[in-house]
Amino acid sequence: MTALVIAEHGSGSLKAATLNAITAARSCSAEVHVLVAGAGSAGVAETAAQIGGVGKVLHADGDGAAEPLAETLAAQVGSLAAQYSHLLFPSTAHGKNVAPRVAALLDVAQISDVTRVVDAETFERPIYAGNATATVRSIDGTKVLTVRTTSFDAAPSTGGNATIVSIAMAADSGRSTLVSRELTKSDRPELTAAKIIVAGGRAMGSSEKFDEVLTPLADRLGAALGASRAAVDAGYAPNDWQVGQTGKIVAPALYVACGISGAIQHLAGMKDSQVIVAINKDAEAPIFGIADYGLEADLFEAVPELTRQLG
Amino acid sequence: MKILVSVKRVVDYNVKVRVNGSGVDIANVKMSMNPFDEIAVEAAVRLKEQGVATEIVAVSCGVAQCQETLRTAMAIGADRAILVETDAELQPLAVAKLLKALVEKEAPGLVILGKQAIDDDCNQTGQMLAALTDLPQATFASKIVIEGGKALVTREVDGGLETLSVGLPAVVTTDLRLNEPRYVTLPNIMKAKKKPLQIVTPADLGVDVAPRIQTLKVSEPPSRSAGVKVPDVTALVDKLRNVARVI
Repeated sequence: MTALVIAEHGSGSLKAATLNAITAARSCSAEVHVLVAGAGSAGVAETAAQIGGVGKVLHADGDGAAEPLAETLAAQVGSLAAQYSHLLFPSTAHGKNVAPRVAALLDVAQISDVTRVVDAETFERPIYAGNATATVRSIDGTKVLTVRTTSFDAAPSTGGNATIVSIAMAADSGRSTLVSRELTKSDRPELTAAKIIVAGGRAMGSSEKFDEVLTPLADRLGAALGASRAAVDAGYAPNDWQVGQTGKIVAPALYVACGISGAIQHLAGMKDSQVIVAINKDAEAPIFGIADYGLEADLFEAVPELTRQLG
Repeated sequence: MKILVSVKRVVDYNVKVRVNGSGVDIANVKMSMNPFDEIAVEAAVRLKEQGVATEIVAVSCGVAQCQETLRTAMAIGADRAILVETDAELQPLAVAKLLKALVEKEAPGLVILGKQAIDDDCNQTGQMLAALTDLPQATFASKIVIEGGKALVTREVDGGLETLSVGLPAVVTTDLRLNEPRYVTLPNIMKAKKKPLQIVTPADLGVDVAPRIQTLKVSEPPSRSAGVKVPDVTALVDKLRNVARVI
């Protein structure tokens, strides 16, 4: 029984989410290997070999892409699967893209967004956007998992001394090519990775007000900006800011909800935040039912005041 | 070009689900089309309106009531529908196998699916279908352009966007930003009632849909209780700095 973690890397460095997946892998199996695949990824393989608890690093390097696309990476993982009981990916856009493809190639089920490893074949995962937790058991020989990174501690990035074994890189599928990649260069953290999120609801009234009132607070806190579906539907905030069951699921250390009433579908997306602050002038707003700190006030006065006091 | 688009019937996103130990109560609960699938249907209809697509076939797998979901897809603009009817529990691998059988029959140039269903939150079926049919995949799409036998798909990835060029046929899954689905109008709902809806079974398609994952239990997540109300901003800052220590 050995678990294989598929490392995620970009621009020549190992992505931190891989460390959380390694911790999850260690609860599945005593022996954990890591796969690093990509042209020119020797540095990443060396970083992976230093991680505490990793027994072996499989390093596939060659003429292909620096970050192989789903078709190629899935074929690579599929060709190694027979030696492993568990294949784990971090539950990131990258992991979610590849893991189901691997599972289908192996004719096994995939278990998404694992939040707890009960035993080697039993796992907990959220369903209905976290409104329920399912405990599931896989009856397949190979378990293919994506793991929610916020649910597992990061493995120590030093302390390991794994052997690096070179393996052949899977041939490029030739079916899809990367045309361009535009990573947001904003100083603002990404919504799903942010430690603090400032979010606005329909009470913001307009996109101008949204920007005028919430942006200074977000700047002051180094926070990402989010919005409720109502605010997005009203055109006050862009679609990709939407937090909720049909938007992004977030779990920051601090979530500041401004003028958000707390519709079920919004709560489903943010209720795992460590500390929730609600600022709303409606005393009956459901958001107060889950907020650690509720401030019943007009947000157009309270938020600028909050920004000032944090200065 | 023919487009196959798959739609799932799920508990409406506004419903607060009740956990009953072995699952979630769905008796007498409002059911709707999965929101990401609505975006998928809208994307297909827009490609038809642009003259890129010639026919849109909507597919759903599940109980007889999925016919309603398919009628909604046809009211948005799908031309015809296929229901793979079964009362069995369907997991993503099984659905991907059913869709594979239909892809082989219908030979679409493009398959569009929602990236994820809001009930089981799996985010798997599109990728699995692509693997089983050996087609290229472009998941979490926020833009689709068809040109020269290829699809240029802009994808939502962590930290930004990436654009892939995939050879057709291909499998695309939709993200939120791709479009805002239109409201269905009464005349279109009436028209949809007359559009053809074919019913097949998993056995007709030769697919074994037996579940591979057993659900041992479904429980409520630890609930969150209300905290305290603070009188003013100063008190709030004090709590955040000195009690919660998050700023």
